[in-house]
Amino acid sequence: MSQTKVAPKEVGKPAKNFDVGSWLIPIIAVLVAMALAAILIKLQGSNPITAYKSLFKTAFGSAAGIGATLGKSTPLVLSGLAVAVGLRAGLFNIGAQGQLLSGALAAAWAGVSFHGLPGYIHIPIALIIGAFFGSIVAGISGFLKAYRGVHEVITTIMLNSIVMGIADYLASHPLREPDQFLTRTSEIQASAKMPVYAHLPLGFFIAVALAAVIWWILGRTTSGFRIETVGRNRHAAWYAGISVKRTVISAMLISGAIAGLGGAVETLGITYRYAPAFNLGLGFDGITIALLGRVHPLGIIPGAILIGGMRAGAANMQFDSGVAPELVDLLMALILLLVTAPLITRFFKNSSNKSMTSGWGN
Amino acid sequence: MSALLEVSGVTKRYPGVLANDNVSLTVNAGEVVALLGENGAGKSTLLKAVFGLIKPDSGEIKIGGSPIVFGDTAGVISRGVGMVHQHFQLVPVMTVAENLILGDEPKRGIFINKKAAYDEIIALSKRYGLEVDPDAVIEDLPVGMQQRVEILKALRKDVKLLILDEPTAVLTPQEIDELLVVIRNLANSGVGIVLITHKLHEVMAVADRVVVLRGGKLVGTTSPKETDEAGLAQMMVGRSVVLQVNRTEAKRGGVVLEVKALEVRDDRKILSVKGVDLQLHKGEILGVAGVEGNGQRELVEAICGMRHREAGSVLINGVATKDMHPHAVHEAGISHIPEDREKHGLVSNYTIADNLVLNQFDQAPFAKGWIRDLNEIAKNAIATVEKFDIRTPSAFNTAGSLSGGNKQKVVVARELSEELPVLVAAQPTRGVDVGSIEFIHNQLISARDKGAAVLLVSAELDEILSLSDRIAVMSDGKIVAIVDSKDADRNYIGRLMAGLDK
Repeated sequence: MSQTKVAPKEVGKPAKNFDVGSWLIPIIAVLVAMALAAILIKLQGSNPITAYKSLFKTAFGSAAGIGATLGKSTPLVLSGLAVAVGLRAGLFNIGAQGQLLSGALAAAWAGVSFHGLPGYIHIPIALIIGAFFGSIVAGISGFLKAYRGVHEVITTIMLNSIVMGIADYLASHPLREPDQFLTRTSEIQASAKMPVYAHLPLGFFIAVALAAVIWWILGRTTSGFRIETVGRNRHAAWYAGISVKRTVISAMLISGAIAGLGGAVETLGITYRYAPAFNLGLGFDGITIALLGRVHPLGIIPGAILIGGMRAGAANMQFDSGVAPELVDLLMALILLLVTAPLITRFFKNSSNKSMTSGWGN
Repeated sequence: MSALLEVSGVTKRYPGVLANDNVSLTVNAGEVVALLGENGAGKSTLLKAVFGLIKPDSGEIKIGGSPIVFGDTAGVISRGVGMVHQHFQLVPVMTVAENLILGDEPKRGIFINKKAAYDEIIALSKRYGLEVDPDAVIEDLPVGMQQRVEILKALRKDVKLLILDEPTAVLTPQEIDELLVVIRNLANSGVGIVLITHKLHEVMAVADRVVVLRGGKLVGTTSPKETDEAGLAQMMVGRSVVLQVNRTEAKRGGVVLEVKALEVRDDRKILSVKGVDLQLHKGEILGVAGVEGNGQRELVEAICGMRHREAGSVLINGVATKDMHPHAVHEAGISHIPEDREKHGLVSNYTIADNLVLNQFDQAPFAKGWIRDLNEIAKNAIATVEKFDIRTPSAFNTAGSLSGGNKQKVVVARELSEELPVLVAAQPTRGVDVGSIEFIHNQLISARDKGAAVLLVSAELDEILSLSDRIAVMSDGKIVAIVDSKDADRNYIGRLMAGLDK
């Protein structure tokens, strides 16, 4: 053989499913979204420059700010990662929200109920329990998809409502903090609270490490190859001897476990208890972040930090410039729209390609 | 009178490729022009330019004497250019009449004027001699009839120039003959026709002029009167192609694959393999000839574990194989070049390297335990790309970026790499350019010579005749005869295929 020097990293290159143009697209999407939002801020009578300055100064301008930003980002990295893993297997897991809630509540239960454990045992146990429950919830959808052919979008959305109902019930009755007016669980034991090292929350490092592990698994392992292959062409996967059913279920289990872990990290690192309406939206933000990160396990990290930073800086921005914190929701909606727009156009272009150009001698 | 279509000096460069290099051609009314070229020769680019879908770097395209505007596809269509695609643009659950009027319905008030629609369709089909049943539902029609509806749809829009993109790829021999007559009739009524095809005998049968593209360049214009199939093939690939394969006498061994009383249903749940018995020997090629749709596809899929076996069994060296489990069948010793390479054979946005190990990705040397060995995968890919002459800038480009023939080479390379006892090749050269056909044929023969038992299923009778040692003729779900290829006679097999002889 003439060439011995090869470029192995190209072989395991992760999916190109969602590769639209380049990494420039999410950056442009964010900038355009901010420009559009600036117009709205101006129309409302405030100064967009002051607002943005305050937003980002709060989020990234000090060690404490960065710590708060990373704290907010942690569950977002995990929910984005959860959605991304699903998309890799060709599954649209809209249920990260429900999976995250179940993980958050389960971790709260573990954090409250287990006494006398040292932190280095209590925290991992609570995290694993959270991941386990998230995994179970997503696994239901995976099982229904694999064996009953029920679309995962339908079942994950339905399970979101079911989980929310059950979690509300559990938090307001059996697990409710005794003798309290509020509907919420008790505060977790001190041993279950995740430490913060010089403003830097432990959870964030766990999330980033997990993203790296998932990236490695997808790119370098046979299990990852199974997931990627099923996501891109399940007929070819079946033909090549990959069990599509088993892969779909395991991808959902992994996705749900990551989302559940996101909820657990939120409970153990930030809220220290479970209260209904605390974690609303984190799972849905995961969809935006996964797409903003181009469904790349590492790409979601900067996306999550950006969104987390905006969430962290929103309150101060209102104080400084009078712009309501809902601006962040507006920005996220615009970003989602702009990031998915090229995907959508490409989708339509692809389907019209099928009719317009396929078979033209290639 | 100016020509219907006038392409002058069109050049289109893509990064790294000169897709069209100063191409000029004209099509006049009433003329059938065959556009011939290997995959990747630039036919697609040229047609996209004609429809205004891409902007040529230089050159001009005129329709009816006036230049087209880039981006104005609607304008091109309104000037009477129609196209019949390889993949039909029909609504399967709607009737012929509904499909034909779709988008331009005769109306009475807000309602569709069904009477007017029927009258129009019947007049149209009479005018061009293309009979259709307006009430038939598309999905119930045979492919040839669906194509006829496609053609009528184009004609209804007053088409002056009709482009047919590999129209015979999906047709049975009878349907092909009918289509060629239709093409001739259309030309006689004044329509200019561009026929894109790989099949040389069709070009010889119907074209007035043949335009040959190679590597983006127009290499010549000729006519069936001036040349023959071998001459056309040579123009396409720039070298002499051995359409007649050289092969030695088979060294037949014992039975490797045995199919016993196999019954299989098709997608519509109709029994389409009706009790087939076959014995495939080591070191031979057994060709299955037959008009498409007589159960060959279902037979192959059932043998390879991709379709449920209603009854009967498939044995390899005497051991029964698992039903509905392609991988178990593969492990038992069957390699399979699937008929639908895009669906089953390839993951088009994976690299060529990954596609080459698709069914061995978790086996040594391509994986060590749980971890994929990217170095081994890359080494294998570089060696295979060279050995199988897969035309690509790099083994790490996506499979989707390859031309049809090179995609098929990837599949063939992968399936032959393990040297399993049985090779099932379904339509191995469909939609593949002449150069690749020759290569794939030689690979099949060499697999046989190395001792593989090869089951070849093809709609191309010539392919069956030139490659097979024995020929099984399939008609209406049964093997009606097995003949030695030395005794095979084209006419006799044709009659068997048509179910005429017994």
